[in-house]
Amino acid sequence: MSDAIQIAHNTLLAPASLSDSDLDRVMDQLLTSQIDAADIYFQASRLESWVLEDGIIRDGNYNIEQGVGVRAISGEKTGFAYTDEIALPSLMEAGRTARAIARAGSQGQTRLSRTTPQRQLYAPLNPLETMTEDEKIGLLRKLDAEARRQDPRVQQVIASLVAAHDVVMVAASDGTLCGDVRPLVRCNVHVIVEADGRREQGSSGGGARESFQFFVDEERALGYAREAVRQALVNLEAEDAPAGGMTVVLGAGWPGILLHEAIGHGLEGDFNRKGTSAFSGRIGEKVAADGCTVVDDGTLPGRRGSLNMDDEGTPSQCTVLIENGRLKGYMQDKHNAHLMGVNSTGNGRRESYAHLPMPRMTNTYMLPGQHDPGEIIASVKQGLYAVNFGGGQVDITSGKFVFSASEAYLIENGKVTRPVRGATLIGSGPEVLTRVSMIGNDLELDAGVGTCGKDGQSVPVGVGQPTLKIDNLTVGGTSA
Amino acid sequence: MSEQYQISARQAQLEQMVNDLLNEARQQGASAAEAAVSSDSGLAINVRKGEVETIEHTRDQGLGITVYFGQRKGTASTSDFKPEAIRDTVRAACNIARFTNDDPCSGLADADRMATDIPDLDLYHPWDITPETAIELGKRCESAALELDPRISNTEGASVNSHSGLHVYGNSHGFIGGYPSSRHSLSCSVIGQQNGSMQRDYWYTVSRDAKDLESEFDVGRKAGERTLARLGARKLSTRQAPVIFRADIAGSLLRSLISAISGSSLYRKASFLLDHLGEPIFPAHIQIQEQPRIPGGLGSASFDSEGVATYDKSIIQDGVLQTYLLGSYSARKLGLQSTANAGGVHNLSITPGEQDLDGLLREMGTGLLVTEMMGHGVNMVTGDYSRGAAGFWVEQGEIQFPVEEITIAGNLKQMFSQLLAVGNDEERRSSIRTGSLLIEQMTIAGE
Ligand SMILES: [Zn+2]
Repeated sequence: MSDAIQIAHNTLLAPASLSDSDLDRVMDQLLTSQIDAADIYFQASRLESWVLEDGIIRDGNYNIEQGVGVRAISGEKTGFAYTDEIALPSLMEAGRTARAIARAGSQGQTRLSRTTPQRQLYAPLNPLETMTEDEKIGLLRKLDAEARRQDPRVQQVIASLVAAHDVVMVAASDGTLCGDVRPLVRCNVHVIVEADGRREQGSSGGGARESFQFFVDEERALGYAREAVRQALVNLEAEDAPAGGMTVVLGAGWPGILLHEAIGHGLEGDFNRKGTSAFSGRIGEKVAADGCTVVDDGTLPGRRGSLNMDDEGTPSQCTVLIENGRLKGYMQDKHNAHLMGVNSTGNGRRESYAHLPMPRMTNTYMLPGQHDPGEIIASVKQGLYAVNFGGGQVDITSGKFVFSASEAYLIENGKVTRPVRGATLIGSGPEVLTRVSMIGNDLELDAGVGTCGKDGQSVPVGVGQPTLKIDNLTVGGTSA
Repeated sequence: MSEQYQISARQAQLEQMVNDLLNEARQQGASAAEAAVSSDSGLAINVRKGEVETIEHTRDQGLGITVYFGQRKGTASTSDFKPEAIRDTVRAACNIARFTNDDPCSGLADADRMATDIPDLDLYHPWDITPETAIELGKRCESAALELDPRISNTEGASVNSHSGLHVYGNSHGFIGGYPSSRHSLSCSVIGQQNGSMQRDYWYTVSRDAKDLESEFDVGRKAGERTLARLGARKLSTRQAPVIFRADIAGSLLRSLISAISGSSLYRKASFLLDHLGEPIFPAHIQIQEQPRIPGGLGSASFDSEGVATYDKSIIQDGVLQTYLLGSYSARKLGLQSTANAGGVHNLSITPGEQDLDGLLREMGTGLLVTEMMGHGVNMVTGDYSRGAAGFWVEQGEIQFPVEEITIAGNLKQMFSQLLAVGNDEERRSSIRTGSLLIEQMTIAGE
């Protein structure tokens, strides 16, 4: 097994001739005032993307980012500075700026010691190099052909392939010194279909912390092309969606975005420390129906939302958020955990060295129940069956959340009947799971496409769930 | 050393980098190239419950290069400004271009469209504010909200942001242009509580010049008042009703228009306004225009992201679509000319009507005043529109009670054609300026 910290050292410190003892110096300087905690985050990343459109490889982009962020914490105060130059003088300068948050005081001393996370959820590989350029564009061409082969009504195909190679290293005043090498690949197919003057779109994709081989295995990428066309053709036939409160059955997998919006954000530690979440101070209370158990699990091998360690060097873990309907715990980073007198749950994440870490989700999903999905559909007299979604959003204070269906059907007398147009679903986070009346036995995780935004920072995440029946949810169609 | 001298010297450095990038591209065999370099620094502080919470010193820089080998194209970017990084970045772009295909529409914008004058648009007013002063400003702002009413029970705090920087763009036609700009803001977000349920709202002020910011007391007070107004919100039953989008959120409807008439949506046939040039989209009383060179404007620029000179244009005249918004690539795809909109629009506005918001409420009579929207439920291919909303229920022109957990739905094409009135309560904190917008009818879904 290659050692992530060795790769991180060679990538981040060695070119700048920085040694571990230099990091000790920077840390000691940071701790010379009233600073409770401090960390230094080194990052080097490479991102490559290719886009096929109108049958040709139209565009490609290569991005090189690197830098180091320095954070100093004094009580509830945080000072932060960063530089894109990884070198001792700029590091010392960033440290002086960050520590200005607190003035005068005691002398601190740390000795950093290298630790290696026990886990290897993904190989420390560079995914950009796992296919030749010819193979990458060959794959995109195959996706274009596959999508067009499905149906003559396909007018436009846009296919993209993205790979990121992220090498990070964290040194913290609690002695943490560790690194991680994070591969991430993503493929997406978007199609426009047209028939009788009506146009519609469909899109599908997936990704993982793997090599590009992920898309070749099991014909995954070809599957995205077929799926995008299938969705678009379904939408060509769609009628107006219903409006109002009704029984909603959510499909397995990606519809788990429900949990991310309705529950997940409201259980992030920062909001709960400040008492600004609709879930604040409600640990132990019943917030979901019996049988609902929701976890945030950063330890799933190869998953888009998984991490060997979070961006503060804490190993990721599986945190139970709701256990059999009761609110069990929050997701924490070090800072909020410290202020709330608990331990970090390995959810301290940041978009890059130029951003401050916050409590963020990894892979959030609900454990399976007893019911066969067919049995769930059959139990509904009138309702909506929603199987694909676009994005979502939540107001964590009022608890109101939305998520927008991009593929949905009416359920009439226990049968899935006609497709309906996309519609936004809206509900209240602390209430919605109390209305779950049936939980499927078909837990699925999403295909690896999720990106979560918070305070302007984006991080990759995963979601999942079994088929779920919710007794009353507001559906925002036009057909009242 | 004067501020003016320093910024000029820095601009000369960035211009040199652009030239270095273009030279490097030529040396590596590119037949044409374009490059952009930007550098920005700033301060962001957040104060909560009267104490400083975070102080962030930001310093962002980036460079990007696009190379063309005939009709093949490659792009690369980096935040690393070292000479060897510049070479590596150009090499990466050239490597990409070895594998992309000949695209008859690719290339620089036409040489005769390059901006020849780069007037000072009054965009640069650095704010010499120390973290200590910013913290005091934030504290006063937050306390103006907290002192307003005992129902203001919690706070997300007040933030002060100040950024200034430089942007330089050049291409192998010989065009090079750059300008400094600044942007400052002050915002406040507080939480109110009533009968065990919480609501949050905020207010902010933003400008190029700190002296144009609203006072910290007004920002705090408005944040508090807006939060208080939401307390006691309830759901509505499902119904059809007229809807007013309040000015501070109405810009999102114009953003949908911009997206629908943008070249990239059109040539992909991914727009519900495909083939609508010259057609009426709005009622005859609606005028929408772009004025890219407004002094001090939040969206002002004298050239677009391809160096094309920006110019004033009517987008909607008497309700009729006058132009698409095109960069050179989409223009060639569509057999048209660039409209200097590569990279987006620069100051779009809808001509205000006669009435203020109260007047619009009276005109609506009974309906929904939307003050917040959630989610992204807009299908640009079909125009289908369905979003989460919160706001106020209105009867006989008077606000009755706050509402939440509802959706509003319709189709954008229909909504545009049913735009009955534009308020004179123009939102000025955005590069898209609009008053409140009254739409004849939408479906509201609730209980
Ligand atoms: Zn999220």
